[in-house]
Amino acid sequence: MSTLTDPPKPGFRLSQLIYDTRYRSITIQVIALVLIIGAFWWLGNNTVNNLNALGKDFDFGFLNSAAGYDINQRLIEYDNQMSHGRAALVGILNTLLVAFLGCISALVIGVFVGVLRLSKNWVVSKLMAVYVEGFRNVPLLIWILLIGAVMSESMPQPREFRGEDATQSMYFSDNVAVTNRGIWIPRLGFSNSISGEEAVAPIEGATPVASGGADWLLILGTLALSLIAIRYIRNRADKVQQSTGDRPTIWYQQLAILVIPVGVVLIALGATIVSPYLKGFNFTEGTHLRNSLIALWVALSLYTGAFIAEIVRAGILAVSKGQSEAAAALGIQPSRTMKLVILPQALRVIIPPLISQFLNLTKNSSLAIAVGYMDVRATLGGITINQTGRELEGMLLMGAFYLTLSLLISGGMNYYNRSTQLAER
Amino acid sequence: MKKTVFFGALTAAGLAAGMASAATLDDVKARGSLNCGVTTGLVGFAAPNAEGEWEGFDVGVCRAVAAAIFGDPTAVEFVPTTGQTRFTALASGEIDLLARNTTWTMSRDVDLKFEFVGVNYYDGQGFLVPKALGVTSATELDGATVCIQTGTTTELNLADYFRVNGITYEPVPIETNAEGQQQYLAGACDVYTTDASGLAATRATFENPNDHVLLPEIISKEPLGPLVRHGDNEWGDIARWTLNALITAEELGVTSENIEELAATPGNNPEVNRLLGTEGELGAMLGLEADWAKNAIMAGGNYGELFDNNIGESTSIALARGLNAQWTDGGLLYSPPFR
Repeated sequence: MSTLTDPPKPGFRLSQLIYDTRYRSITIQVIALVLIIGAFWWLGNNTVNNLNALGKDFDFGFLNSAAGYDINQRLIEYDNQMSHGRAALVGILNTLLVAFLGCISALVIGVFVGVLRLSKNWVVSKLMAVYVEGFRNVPLLIWILLIGAVMSESMPQPREFRGEDATQSMYFSDNVAVTNRGIWIPRLGFSNSISGEEAVAPIEGATPVASGGADWLLILGTLALSLIAIRYIRNRADKVQQSTGDRPTIWYQQLAILVIPVGVVLIALGATIVSPYLKGFNFTEGTHLRNSLIALWVALSLYTGAFIAEIVRAGILAVSKGQSEAAAALGIQPSRTMKLVILPQALRVIIPPLISQFLNLTKNSSLAIAVGYMDVRATLGGITINQTGRELEGMLLMGAFYLTLSLLISGGMNYYNRSTQLAER
Repeated sequence: MKKTVFFGALTAAGLAAGMASAATLDDVKARGSLNCGVTTGLVGFAAPNAEGEWEGFDVGVCRAVAAAIFGDPTAVEFVPTTGQTRFTALASGEIDLLARNTTWTMSRDVDLKFEFVGVNYYDGQGFLVPKALGVTSATELDGATVCIQTGTTTELNLADYFRVNGITYEPVPIETNAEGQQQYLAGACDVYTTDASGLAATRATFENPNDHVLLPEIISKEPLGPLVRHGDNEWGDIARWTLNALITAEELGVTSENIEELAATPGNNPEVNRLLGTEGELGAMLGLEADWAKNAIMAGGNYGELFDNNIGESTSIALARGLNAQWTDGGLLYSPPFR
């Protein structure tokens, strides 16, 4: 029998860095950190070296020089003497416009199709399956090009609307013109505009009208106040229902609050409908939805809508069958079960993947140049880079823009997501 | 495409830090072929034929430079570029030479860091409209929808022209000539505008070319020429003097038919002898073989032959020599002497 003594404590050996679990993870992390820093240094250094070799500097001054090119779809005032920065802003707004429109319509399409795909009606559910599989399995670019080509090849030219023997006519009693250059729809003009813009008669003999930001702010502000009031009435009705068990009828109050104030504002502003009409080569007046916008918008909505439909379907299927059975046992009508029981629970499953789809849609809108839609990729990332030779600066700015936009969208959606989660105690 | 080019640029930049400034000629020789940027397809200037081989007036420049270096006019990789991708492709080293009816402007030469090696076609911007519109002058185009290739000088000229004349237009941006043709024929735009030579070439491919008319206004100067990167003067010299050799050959009456005979023995015209390498050391000065110019001219003929075979009056494009005649015939072509 021998006495066990502690083995002599060895000093720190270098091999412990690899074989000793206490140190190994630190070793790996340090190596990874050095490699990452090295990679970034190498990228940066090479960029600097090559810019030097090409004799180029790194300068954002080009954003202040005159752009010199025209942009067809402008949400803010712009002409070719304004700066490249302004042109980039016009492009950014166009990107935001198509992303906003696309997200809304994709969501509507997705929810409808997702619910209908679960329909017990065989024809409906199979039709929806065909739509989903057809759109999500064909590249988006092909859909954009296809819809763009259909628009420009199969619709009539504006000049076919001209003259006594016109082969085409406008729809909705001469208010909507569908042409191969886009769709012209009526717009609102205000004869008592508060925007301070000069009123012009849209067509000879008509009342002079103007339309500015201030008018629209007033209308939207009124609408927002009405919505707040409607919410207040609903909350009060909820309280009454909880205390007495009877829910007061409020729909006519809500309708009145929604319609009357906006109606009064519209009448006060002297709102008139301004219809498009043919003048020269094209239609004029009204709002021009260009082919490029329509093709991009429709393609993005249908493509992303197919994915959202699957997400919605998965979310609904994730709610256990017991929930609808319980709803039936409580006597909730089958038509209201979906709205009151299933969808609120399904939302928890639906929202996180929905965020990714919104982000995808926003970033996919950079395919706009395929149909000549002037988004930020086409203005800043296309023409500006080409005319100024500032590839690196332009690409970095574009990357920063898409990154910011994506983070904002996911931030907003995450906020909404938290509000739908189970409140755990 | 753009992003690919950009990352290509970064990668190429990363892999060969000194590539942009180092000897392009050595790289080309090591590769065994010339990477030449051309259009995505403009009949007469650069387009693949029925066999898939590139041919055209700009393609002829590429082939001549390849022949001058390798003695083989087929040692060319053609890289189709759009108005937007061409400069990035050249700046990044993806192509060695850009021969793509590109307008020589000061900002491209100075700010974009390129070297135009000469002018192979003196052009100007024109307007193509359907006859049915009844338009006879560009000043009548107020409110018209205009198809325009993005990232070109024509885009800027168009904006200037309409602004100066106080008329408005609706631009329809397009990427390639083929797309412009499709939009124009579908009537999605009233007018198609680009270099007059390009319009003539495009119109020639229409089913009914006579239903369309070029308006009389030429609104800009568009000297089109091949270009290389700044910083490698030796490479620029090769491209410049290959183009000059083609022009001089026409001036001196050297054609692809009589060149074998003229190059066999020194003749009594010393400039022809120097051009064809039977006298002097001009080839060695460029770092090329003595018969470099002979090979370049044999690739597709001299300037006049290239012009006549691809875009001249005997072809469907039917462009007159006009400004592009030799200076001796009242044109602008004037090559410095081979001495």
